[in-house]
Amino acid sequence: MHKSVTVSKEGTPDVDLAKCRAILSKYSQPTPSDLIPILQQIQDAYGYLPQTALSEITAGTRIPLSKIYGVVTFYSQFSLVPRGKHTIKVCTGTACHIKGATDIKKKLTEALQIHEGETTKDYKFTYEPVACVGTCFLAPVMMIDNRYYGKLTAEKAEATLKNY
Amino acid sequence: MKHLKSPEDLQKLRKSLESKHRSDKVRILICTTGCRALGAEEVYKAFKSEIAKQSLADKVEIVDTGCQGLCARAPVLTIEPMGVFYGRVLETDVPDIIAKTVLKGEIIERLCYTEAGKRIPYIKDVPFYSKQKKIVLRNCGSINPKSIEDYILKDGYAAISKALSEMTPDSIISEIKNSGLRGRGGAGYPTGIKWELAKNAPGDIKYLICNGDEGDPGAFMDRAVLEGDPHSIIEGMLITAYAIGARKGFIYVRAEYPIAVEHLKIAIEQAKHLGILGENVLGSNFSFDLDIKMGAGAFVCGEETALIASIEGKRGMPRPRPPFPATSGLWGKPTNINNVETIANLPIIILKGYEYYKAIGTGSSKGTKIFALAGNVKNTGLVEVPMGTTLREIVFDIGGGIPGKKQFKAAQMGGPSGGCVPAQHLDLPIDYETVKEVGAIMGSGGLIVMDDTASMVEIARYFMEFCQDESCGKCVPCRVGTKRMLDILTRITEGKGEKEDLGLLKELAEVTKTASLCGLGQTAANPVLSTIRYYLNEYEALINKKDAQIAPAQPAQVAT
Repeated sequence: MHKSVTVSKEGTPDVDLAKCRAILSKYSQPTPSDLIPILQQIQDAYGYLPQTALSEITAGTRIPLSKIYGVVTFYSQFSLVPRGKHTIKVCTGTACHIKGATDIKKKLTEALQIHEGETTKDYKFTYEPVACVGTCFLAPVMMIDNRYYGKLTAEKAEATLKNY
Repeated sequence: MKHLKSPEDLQKLRKSLESKHRSDKVRILICTTGCRALGAEEVYKAFKSEIAKQSLADKVEIVDTGCQGLCARAPVLTIEPMGVFYGRVLETDVPDIIAKTVLKGEIIERLCYTEAGKRIPYIKDVPFYSKQKKIVLRNCGSINPKSIEDYILKDGYAAISKALSEMTPDSIISEIKNSGLRGRGGAGYPTGIKWELAKNAPGDIKYLICNGDEGDPGAFMDRAVLEGDPHSIIEGMLITAYAIGARKGFIYVRAEYPIAVEHLKIAIEQAKHLGILGENVLGSNFSFDLDIKMGAGAFVCGEETALIASIEGKRGMPRPRPPFPATSGLWGKPTNINNVETIANLPIIILKGYEYYKAIGTGSSKGTKIFALAGNVKNTGLVEVPMGTTLREIVFDIGGGIPGKKQFKAAQMGGPSGGCVPAQHLDLPIDYETVKEVGAIMGSGGLIVMDDTASMVEIARYFMEFCQDESCGKCVPCRVGTKRMLDILTRITEGKGEKEDLGLLKELAEVTKTASLCGLGQTAANPVLSTIRYYLNEYEALINKKDAQIAPAQPAQVAT
């Protein structure tokens, strides 16, 4: 719930705002409750929430940037830094925990050479543990994008990465 | 299909669908939701192409369904009308299943469920299913969730038809009150009374929210209902909206449930197209519009006031109650919030009457409850049983017991707000009150079985880590209390605990419980208190470092 809000200026690629504007144009009279859906669509389009896009949202919705930041940093789904092409979500729910999620997390950290919540240098994978993906019968489980991989071992989890 | 202008139109449509429905056709029902993770979609496609290849479309139909319950055997399928049940099906099994079982009625032994070395080919004989009572999961796994026709064939939308043509909002509320239905989201508040508060609240604009922010680690029943029977949620919401006088509703779904969102979107479109949702539902003067709101990853949003803040586009933080959402909720208007499982019960109560429903369950808890059975148990999956069923029946008769030669140690009930129920309470009939008495809560129905290798201090630490991470930080008791308790628990599990720690832990637990703003903080200490209550020796052993065996470097491992 408490995320770092630092954004590195260097390394932030130039952002083409056309997609962002197209999303905002769907809301002719935006209300505050449109904010989260707008952010979700922009994150879908860019893979993260570019700073310049947040400024566009402020201009388009008249919602103060400070409020937008408040929302973005509250929800774990949103990211202010570029994310990898694929997102690996390792489930750390109760069933997965007692069936060895800790081993899988350890293995993936080693294999990807990044920490939890980080993105690989080649921007291929973002790796994040999540609370529960609701497939406890498959424990231990991880998701890569919208695909589930169940009954994992640390080795199987590592091998799965090769499919991407 | 054309727009339905009256309940009679719906009845006519059902009759015409029934006449077209051919009972002589073999139907292969395959779960493509939860089972998707183990290759169910590939098996489904293989059946499609095999049926086409052998030109069997006239005799055989493959139906992609929601969860069939016995997830441990995924991918699973049921062949009707024979009632043959197969599990762990691979693409390569498909030609065999068609040639032998479908065309000749022969059983393929290797795909059958096994119990005590015996193969059980028919679903009616599998103990996992025969001891359940399916009300909420009535259609889950037996219909195609993407087909409104399938739902209508199973008396779908008959309850809202009945409500609109034969009942008043008041008579619906009294029906629900008489049924004894209580909120399935965790707290167990009587649903009918909640509705009455919203209905009687002053104001013309009222809202209805279905809470599908199933965030408890270890609970997946709402996911199964949303994925496997989304129309039942739409119908339940229509009934609720008509009863309380709401014209606009929202379904709040977790971001982690992409299949649920996909199926709900399809279902809403279909219902709108038929005139069951939108302006003048089934030609009546009742109108109801429904939108999906996707969560953005915050456990605390399962709390009513935090969920409302999230829909309003704010940080999902709870606020003090009163005022309760029933009088001042979404955008300050009277709002009724019910959980997915609660809503899925409604069509059956309206259709069969409150006496039918009231006859199931215990004195204080009526109807059935779905449990998400997971952890160290043979038959992991979804189980729906009458309230009052014992833990032993769920874990051993339905769940098939503990794998390997391990012993049952505890069942964790109610997730991070719940507690661990030890073996001495296995014969306790489960209802809202009894579970509370033994230090757990019914919660949403997550039931994680642990064997004798599990360290209970580690489990307490695990849940505290979860609550601490998910605490929104608004109130001090929760923000600081969970952090301090986590520090102490971590210290104990690392073998650095002090004698004073237990006293301190209990004191912090009491303060956090009493002084926190919302349910998250108020219940965060439950896993600690329940494990101290039953497994004090494990805490003491770790503190005294007497028993190296219990020291949990790693959580217990089990073969699946």
